[in-house]
Amino acid sequence: MARPLSEQHSEILWSLTKVNFSYNDTPVLRDIDLTLRRGCCYGILGPNGSGKTTLLDLLGGLQTPQSGTIAFQGRPLAAWPKKQLARWLALVPQDFMVRFGFSVREVVEMGLHPHLHRFAAPNEADQALIDEALAITGIAALAGRPVTRLSGGEKQRVAVARALAQRPEVLLLDEATSNLDIHHSLEILHLIRDRFERRAMQVVAVMHDLNLAALFCDRLIFLKQGQVVCQGPTEEVLTPANIEAVYGVEAEVIANGFTNSRQVSFRLPARPHAAEVG
Amino acid sequence: MGRRTVTAWVLPLTAVLVFGIALSATLGFLEVSIPDVFAILFAKLRGQIQPAGIDPVAATVVADVRMPRILAAVLVGGLLGVSGAVFQAILLNPLADSYTLGISTGAAFGASLVIVLQIFGLALPAGVTIPIFAFGGGVGTLAVVLSLAAGDRRLSSTSLILAGVIVAAILSAAIGFLKFLADEQVGLIIFWLMGSLAGASWQNILLLAPTALLGTLAAVFYSRDLNIMATGDRAATSLGINTVRLRLTLLTVATLMTALAVSVSGIIGFVGLIVPHMLRHLVGPDNRLLIPLAFFAGGLLLLIADTLTRAVLPVEVPIGVLTALLGGPFFCILFKKRQQDGTTAF
Repeated sequence: MARPLSEQHSEILWSLTKVNFSYNDTPVLRDIDLTLRRGCCYGILGPNGSGKTTLLDLLGGLQTPQSGTIAFQGRPLAAWPKKQLARWLALVPQDFMVRFGFSVREVVEMGLHPHLHRFAAPNEADQALIDEALAITGIAALAGRPVTRLSGGEKQRVAVARALAQRPEVLLLDEATSNLDIHHSLEILHLIRDRFERRAMQVVAVMHDLNLAALFCDRLIFLKQGQVVCQGPTEEVLTPANIEAVYGVEAEVIANGFTNSRQVSFRLPARPHAAEVG
Repeated sequence: MGRRTVTAWVLPLTAVLVFGIALSATLGFLEVSIPDVFAILFAKLRGQIQPAGIDPVAATVVADVRMPRILAAVLVGGLLGVSGAVFQAILLNPLADSYTLGISTGAAFGASLVIVLQIFGLALPAGVTIPIFAFGGGVGTLAVVLSLAAGDRRLSSTSLILAGVIVAAILSAAIGFLKFLADEQVGLIIFWLMGSLAGASWQNILLLAPTALLGTLAAVFYSRDLNIMATGDRAATSLGINTVRLRLTLLTVATLMTALAVSVSGIIGFVGLIVPHMLRHLVGPDNRLLIPLAFFAGGLLLLIADTLTRAVLPVEVPIGVLTALLGGPFFCILFKKRQQDGTTAF
């Protein structure tokens, strides 16, 4: 579906100014100023409770900040009709849970929702799109199975397939691979990275694993206690000093020729320091 | 799933339902043949009182006694089936129905209150007042449950069900107190609580038919959104669905449907729970098909149950008791079979 002219691409995807968000008076994000541009695969990193997922929810319009403004494509997020936004942004959640035994194909077909009129049935092109999404994610053989009977890894691939069927401009990943084994994690990240490099879509990913983030992301945003500690190109910001400042662990970062990326190893700091960090 | 699949189901089911209605109308103390039933009904539709060549007593019995009751059974069953499917889909809980949310209990409280007020000498016309109070009780309960659950901004299914269970518990105690107050006339309340279609009139049909039609259409309208809700609120929101608004809209629609059904028939349990379950087992969970089928399956089920108690069984068993006695064991079998299949997720 061609997007109308008013929806044409702009270089800047998101700009956030002085964004604050709290859950029932508990501040989660404070004074966030960020600009996310086209052409970079972004990684959002930080310790548990640092507000990573909330930041992703704000970017995706799933939550509304109490103060500050978020513009997507130069237009305030609040002004985007939900269904229109869903044609631009797709989310792959951390634990993709489906109640009731919908078949894999039915779930992937749900990705078409923002593109279809209420009573329209998917046409041949749509069916081909679903087939493609099933094939890319390697679940074509499972198409008729109820999702409730799949393993965690298979379910996660269904979530990715559904997001691909949504034909988004930007894919939002919320620790989309953190429950998967290393083989499946790499497989999913590679297929997404591949689409990104073919300029099929942009990616913003909340990541747990620093090494996978180093492998996968061009730019990193480090959060701690609801604030941006540092951000920039992966090779510049993935440093021992930043990792210690954010996570409170000592780290060594080396350029790894085997993976062709920066890789990190960690240890807890010596005792007195540990007590100080708490 | 295309529209063709729905049509492929709906047309034969309509035929079955029409045949079932006609067949049921022939049964009873007075035997009437199927062609005569149709003749009587066409005459009635054309405004003729007396169709030619048919026993006038039979004509009156079929047109004014049996027909409203049969249609009420079909419509109440359909309403309960559809609202059950909607409640289950919206609360992501296969055990949800109008009981889980306290709506039926609220309606029962409203009706019991009228009965007790009458015992205490308040002259209220029962035929009108009971439906109104039952309806008010159901809707009022939903309002309380929603406001209790509203502290949670996302209106999650867990808080809704918890709030429903709490409110239902309080209302049950209140009904118990009303029964105690009713003293010797407690039978009136109990009969109502067990459900009956014996008193159904054409006025009831005029109320039930448009509700069933509009409610089912509204549920079908949102059926694709309902499917997507099954993948969780966050995922649904990211697909462009306003989950809070959808929940509020459909909860209100399903409550109106339940409350109206209950106001006519009293409490008829298990239909709202079992019908969507059985259908999910047969045709899968797609609400675009499930919701229209729930109307037919609910309608047929209650038609059969009511015909049994009206014309086949030697004594008229309260229909709520019959549906629970038939539905309960059936549900147990289904549940056990599911466990053996290695999944309890419906």
